[in-house]
Amino acid sequence: MAEFLQYFAGAMGHIFNLSNFLLMTLGVAAGIVVGCLPGLTATMALAVLVPFTFTMDPATGLMTLGGIYVGAIYGGCISAILINTPGTPSAIATTFDGYPLTKKGKGEHALVAAAYSSGVGGVIGAILLMFLAPLLVKVALKFGPPEYFWLATFGLTIIATLSAKSLLKGVIGGTLGLLIATIGLAPIGGEMRYTFGFYQLQAGIELIVALIGFFCVPEILSMVEEVVTEKKEIQKFKSQKGVAREVIVKLTKQPFLLIRSAIIGCFVGIVPGAGGNVAGLVSYNEAVRWSKEPEKFGTGVVEGVAASESSNNAEVGGSLVPLLTLGIPGAPPAAVLMGALMLQGMRPGPDLFVQHGDITYTFLISLVIANIVMFVLGFYGAKYVARLINLPASFLAPMIAFMTIIGSYSIRNNMLDVFIMVGMGLLGYILRKLDFHPGPIVLGMILGPIAEKGLVQSMMLARSQGSILEVFFTRPISIVLIILCLISAFWPMISEWNKKRRGESQGVSSNG
Amino acid sequence: MRKLKFVGLLAMVVLLSMALVVGCTGGQKADEGDKAKDQEQTAEKPDFPTKPITYIIPFNPGGQSDVEARRQQPLLEEALGTKINITYKAGGGGAVGWTELIHTKPDGYTIAGINIPHIILQPIARENAGYTTEQINPVAIFQGTPIGLAVLKDSPFNTLEDFINYAKENPGKITVGGSGTWSGHHIALLQLQELAGIELTYVPSSGAAPSVTQFLGGHTDALFANSNDLVTHKDKIKILALGSEERFEALSDVPTFKELGYEMTPSIDRGVAVPPGTPEEIKSILEDAFIQIMENEAVREQMIEQGFVPLKMDAKAAQEHINKKQKEYSQLLEDLGLPEEKK
Repeated sequence: MAEFLQYFAGAMGHIFNLSNFLLMTLGVAAGIVVGCLPGLTATMALAVLVPFTFTMDPATGLMTLGGIYVGAIYGGCISAILINTPGTPSAIATTFDGYPLTKKGKGEHALVAAAYSSGVGGVIGAILLMFLAPLLVKVALKFGPPEYFWLATFGLTIIATLSAKSLLKGVIGGTLGLLIATIGLAPIGGEMRYTFGFYQLQAGIELIVALIGFFCVPEILSMVEEVVTEKKEIQKFKSQKGVAREVIVKLTKQPFLLIRSAIIGCFVGIVPGAGGNVAGLVSYNEAVRWSKEPEKFGTGVVEGVAASESSNNAEVGGSLVPLLTLGIPGAPPAAVLMGALMLQGMRPGPDLFVQHGDITYTFLISLVIANIVMFVLGFYGAKYVARLINLPASFLAPMIAFMTIIGSYSIRNNMLDVFIMVGMGLLGYILRKLDFHPGPIVLGMILGPIAEKGLVQSMMLARSQGSILEVFFTRPISIVLIILCLISAFWPMISEWNKKRRGESQGVSSNG
Repeated sequence: MRKLKFVGLLAMVVLLSMALVVGCTGGQKADEGDKAKDQEQTAEKPDFPTKPITYIIPFNPGGQSDVEARRQQPLLEEALGTKINITYKAGGGGAVGWTELIHTKPDGYTIAGINIPHIILQPIARENAGYTTEQINPVAIFQGTPIGLAVLKDSPFNTLEDFINYAKENPGKITVGGSGTWSGHHIALLQLQELAGIELTYVPSSGAAPSVTQFLGGHTDALFANSNDLVTHKDKIKILALGSEERFEALSDVPTFKELGYEMTPSIDRGVAVPPGTPEEIKSILEDAFIQIMENEAVREQMIEQGFVPLKMDAKAAQEHINKKQKEYSQLLEDLGLPEEKK
């Protein structure tokens, strides 16, 4: 704290230096644009723009990069809300309620909710990073292979929430995702699995390619369908007065929702290997579980958008914890930031705070400011961005189709990825017709490798210790995670039972 | 009217996205038509380079290979007088990028970062890595990261001898983390097991970052790690031995494996390569540019400070180095009977 105060004035001087501030704002704006384009991720935006920061002084460079990171994670929500396609994997959970809102003609509600909750979540994440980093990193270090396994298992139980209509279909989808995740080089052991002689498949199926396939392509096809059948599924967006205020007031009245999601996001972020996508999904799941009206989630409620967005922007702060305290990047974008730090001649790790305190604190405080800038841009932009959906499908569909190809190619500069995207898109379209939700599939894809690594490594540790039981079931964090798994898996039954009981008691009270 | 405005806006978004993609892919497809013309010219006298060069990084942005390429980028551009576009082709531990490299036109306009031992071990360990070690045509090797064995500060082992003695009495009890299977770290572990006659339990992670985190969290007893990671964490760990030929400047109090009587120099060495069949004249222009960077004092100093060993191998020396390591590793794997088991 003392250090913080010592550097505070200097940091503010850096941040509110006109050119620094403008560059950071530009970074946020550029990040939003990149983030909203599916296939162009925060990592990519940072990697492409890192060279431009070489010539800047370290504080300016880092502020700009921080702005890009924050902006890109937020930007992912725009395409998630408008065309049901997460612009970055972090925004997967944003589609669940964001897109239904757009369908109802309430795109602006969703966008404002996203901007506001992203801002709040981002600020909370940055503040936790600033003051609790040394403490939080201890939690990250406690996460060993068994904990990763249980965390991933816990994540998989979210399928129960995502497939309220049919648990069986959810489980089938999740299994499909897990299977897709096994393609390529085995994370441990190095075997080739299901590569069918394509050397490119050694790298496995890229998550973003699958996201574009499963979320975006079916959307394009149904737009075309609408034109052909002249049935209108998406309502026109009409700008209404006072929407922004209404949404913000509504969300501010539920501080617990935003804060809970932000804390989940930050914690998931500090665990290296689990990123914003997991953060968003877990927070969404918790939001459903804690809600008084869980059945409304998925039909278009701003709370669903808020839970996901607050969480994935808080994750930014969390993912920087291991980077700044240990010198280990917690997420791919953080890895690029680490490269940038090293090229500026700073070694990430505890030295940062000691040797480069003024720059480090400038960077941390600038993250808070960048989140506020992002909120302002998102807030005022919402009305205009929401109108994009009013474009006739004959313009919109080909344009989005074009972007899906660019996006899936550019993620790894690999043409096979484009074919995979198209294949998965067709599969996704058929599955949608059969009423499968794409959520469980991508959930399986994200969590499969984490669970596999955790399981195999734990087995190796167990072999050397001579006890499987001890490794899997006696570690404190593992036990907590196991309990969470059980609660989450059986939650639909518990809530059903709860509802019945409540219904009865209400019946009684109304009688009495 | 309004509609028009939005069409304009959308067009802008699309344009921006295209500009970005061009930035990312590094215009490798640019000027396809010119390529043939260029080749004709180079046959007589190398007028090279006349257009941007694509520098493939077969790993994700932010990794060590990326950092090194970014460090070189401005200097290369100056030395060659053309733009260098860095493009990422990650996957398969580098195999995807290297396979891509050997299939591009051998005109010097596509180069790729290479890592030893990856380019040696993958073709041995995998049925179809997509490329063979012989197809990688090295231009230079500029950086070494010797692999070291470390334990935490509070570990009972103070020397490599303590470690090995304990392992001898308790086969398989010590868990050792590292990055990847059939990777530099794995091979270092196999070498140590063979030379010292011990048995360890190897717990691989998919990357250096998770293996370091697990080790610092106390989930594994020891760690094989690259010198730069060891330098970063040197306050928290005891480094028992390092795989450099001689003592390393940044960790001068750490003995080498060789000093301690174990004939092994495990290291991840980074360089750059062109596709097979690239004309020698063009290769030597690239070679000169890289040598110029290797002689840059500021680059050397920055590397050492960050825990890397600056190397200076020209194309010939690089090829010899690769051949030597290839022989060493295939012998080791043959002795252990492991490649058969793999298939």
